[in-house]
Amino acid sequence: MFRAIAARLKQGHRTTRYPAEPVPMPDRFRGYPRLDASACPDGCRVCADVCPVGAITPGTRDSDPNNGPKGLGTRENLSIDLGKCLFCPDCSEACPRGAITYTNDPALAANRREDLIVRPGDERRLAQALEQKMLSLFGRSLKFREVSAAGCNACEADTNVLSTIGWDLGRFGIQFVASPRHADGLWVTGPVSENMKDALLATYEAIPAPKIVVACGACAINGGPFIDSPEVHNGVDRLLPVDLFIPGCPPHPVTILDGLLRLLGKLEGA
Amino acid sequence: MKTLHNGMGVALDQIPDMNDATFLQTILDLTDHGWRVSSYFGAMTDGGLRLYALLSSKAEGILTVLTTRVGDPHFPSLANLCPQVHLFEREIAEQFGVAFDDHPWMKPVRFQNELPSCFPPLRERGTVGVMDYFRIEGEEVHEVAVGPVHAGIIEPGHFRFQCYGEQVFHLEISLGFQHRGIEAALLGGPHKNTFVRMETTAGDTTIGHGQAYAMAIEALTGTRASARAEVIRGIALELERLANHTGDLGAIAGDVGYLPTASFCGRIRGDFLNMSALLCGSRFGRGLITPGGIRFDLNATLIGALRQRLAAAREDLSNAVELLWNTPSVMGRLENTGALSEKDARSIGLVGPAARACGINYDVRRDLPFGIYRLAQIPVVTAGTGDVHARTMVRWLEAEKSMDFIEEQIGQLPGGAICTAGGELAPNHLAVALTEGWRGEICHVAITDGTGRFARYKITDPSFHNWTGLAFALRGQQISDFPLCNKSFNLSYCGFDL
Repeated sequence: MFRAIAARLKQGHRTTRYPAEPVPMPDRFRGYPRLDASACPDGCRVCADVCPVGAITPGTRDSDPNNGPKGLGTRENLSIDLGKCLFCPDCSEACPRGAITYTNDPALAANRREDLIVRPGDERRLAQALEQKMLSLFGRSLKFREVSAAGCNACEADTNVLSTIGWDLGRFGIQFVASPRHADGLWVTGPVSENMKDALLATYEAIPAPKIVVACGACAINGGPFIDSPEVHNGVDRLLPVDLFIPGCPPHPVTILDGLLRLLGKLEGA
Repeated sequence: MKTLHNGMGVALDQIPDMNDATFLQTILDLTDHGWRVSSYFGAMTDGGLRLYALLSSKAEGILTVLTTRVGDPHFPSLANLCPQVHLFEREIAEQFGVAFDDHPWMKPVRFQNELPSCFPPLRERGTVGVMDYFRIEGEEVHEVAVGPVHAGIIEPGHFRFQCYGEQVFHLEISLGFQHRGIEAALLGGPHKNTFVRMETTAGDTTIGHGQAYAMAIEALTGTRASARAEVIRGIALELERLANHTGDLGAIAGDVGYLPTASFCGRIRGDFLNMSALLCGSRFGRGLITPGGIRFDLNATLIGALRQRLAAAREDLSNAVELLWNTPSVMGRLENTGALSEKDARSIGLVGPAARACGINYDVRRDLPFGIYRLAQIPVVTAGTGDVHARTMVRWLEAEKSMDFIEEQIGQLPGGAICTAGGELAPNHLAVALTEGWRGEICHVAITDGTGRFARYKITDPSFHNWTGLAFALRGQQISDFPLCNKSFNLSYCGFDL
């Protein structure tokens, strides 16, 4: 008993102060990308070619006339889909002109799938709060039932981290619960394998309405590394309406927490 | 018999073609002499189906690969004589339509589609989790079914307990829910997405699987990663082990209701993950390893920061774990719970900390050394009782050794480039790569076709061997001890399901 008390004193209080203070991110952390297409030579598609998951649309001439909203051959078409992006170093390493760099800004979550597409000079389109009625229901107490649908256990691990003393998710009134009957929302990780589809849908059905759905990580958003495997469904939004998309492979815990706080209207601005 | 070292390739025509009787007899003879079956799988090479068995010898530090052609879809089963192949045979049956008629426990493995094969599937794919479960009948015997969706934030699997009151007579585990078709997609590879899929085969073992894949490719391209790259890979592998072992120590404490250690370790685990992020930007080591070496170098500033953080984490972790051994109520719950005998562990081919907790003194880092472990030995820790206490103790002692290793290595980082460019993959070759992930032996075998593409790429995660161990450990236990036993193994669902 005395040993435990002594250990408690020694270990101290070390819960992150986020969002009151920012979480220090390592220099090499790859967060929100910065795109600069001004130096992209005609016909260059090095970044798109190395991307392992097809998250990049090149900024210059391309045989695909449907490439981007601004028509064929404009550099502004360069874009990264953060819903597919694994935040690996491939594209930034491959581009000799530094057209793609990753800042260490971890705020990435969005409400709409299309808000995850990043173009040069874009305004940030981070997640907005739930509508007023949902906010009055869930704003002070939000319970999730998590379903891992073919996740690699990294999204699961960094979701679990939020409930440790390092993050103490409970102080925001957010909690992960065992029964879908006790839940207000479904938390999905993984690309949704064919073998997990029925269990995922059954869990969703078991949650009482109104309910929300969070797609946590690249897999749950669009299949992640397993995109287009015939065994997976390329993410949950093909099957269920999604209220919050949290990019990353896996998302950093602060990316997840930031998204949740925005969804609950507890955090605004960039 | 063709022998080879870990991380080596061999031309396919150098592997003696055995008839099925010699093939099977050789497996039996070698396993009788202490060899273990690291992998056993089918492959469509030279126009027909072949079986390949990869066996490893701890005593000699070598591997051997055996092969035979399967002309008839009915093939003799070895599972009764050599139980460690039982699941491999089930896998071959599911993936290639080979019937092992006298197999004692022939059931689906992952409920997956057949891979390209010359034999039709033995059964329809069916619905995942729906199969004939072993049942005990009788008054007061009841069945408890759990999963695929579990109470916590964990991966899906289905567990059937046959109970008599609180006592578990038998546990059967049915998996496949996480099946993503990794092996099927590797045929004809490597592809652009191959490496990221290797990193996420079991995402908590990114370095373990990433390094195994890199070694297989390096063997096929005749590339050698520099000493500097190998040291940094070793540091990353030990950081991965530290993060996971720390998480497990905390989770075991949590499952016996001892919150101080559970709370502290939950946070300290993050300290180790953040050290990996310092190195490469990702808490899980994503993007660090590449065939030929690594992609992020260490510099003096990072080495200083890493050394400082490691010392702080060591102090916190020692303090947190020390509490466990000094708390009688914790010891009372860990000791004699979920014990597995060394004999059973050996017969089913258990690996990793779970095997070492049963007294099996085997560790790929020492016994089939790869990378930096060829030059720098890491002491292997064992325990004798095979129970939850032993699995907890082995994790802690291994964590200590890993911290010693990193501290030593970080002070003597060799110079040189961090990545060596590789060429084309050698055609018609087979390469083997084993690493010691934090759960145990990871085995990758790559076979190329005449154009240097993968004709087969076989991944064996340590969990493939160890799930059977968990089922055995539950026999005679209270069903309420299942979460504790499960956590003390902490196996991978996705690494098994592929």
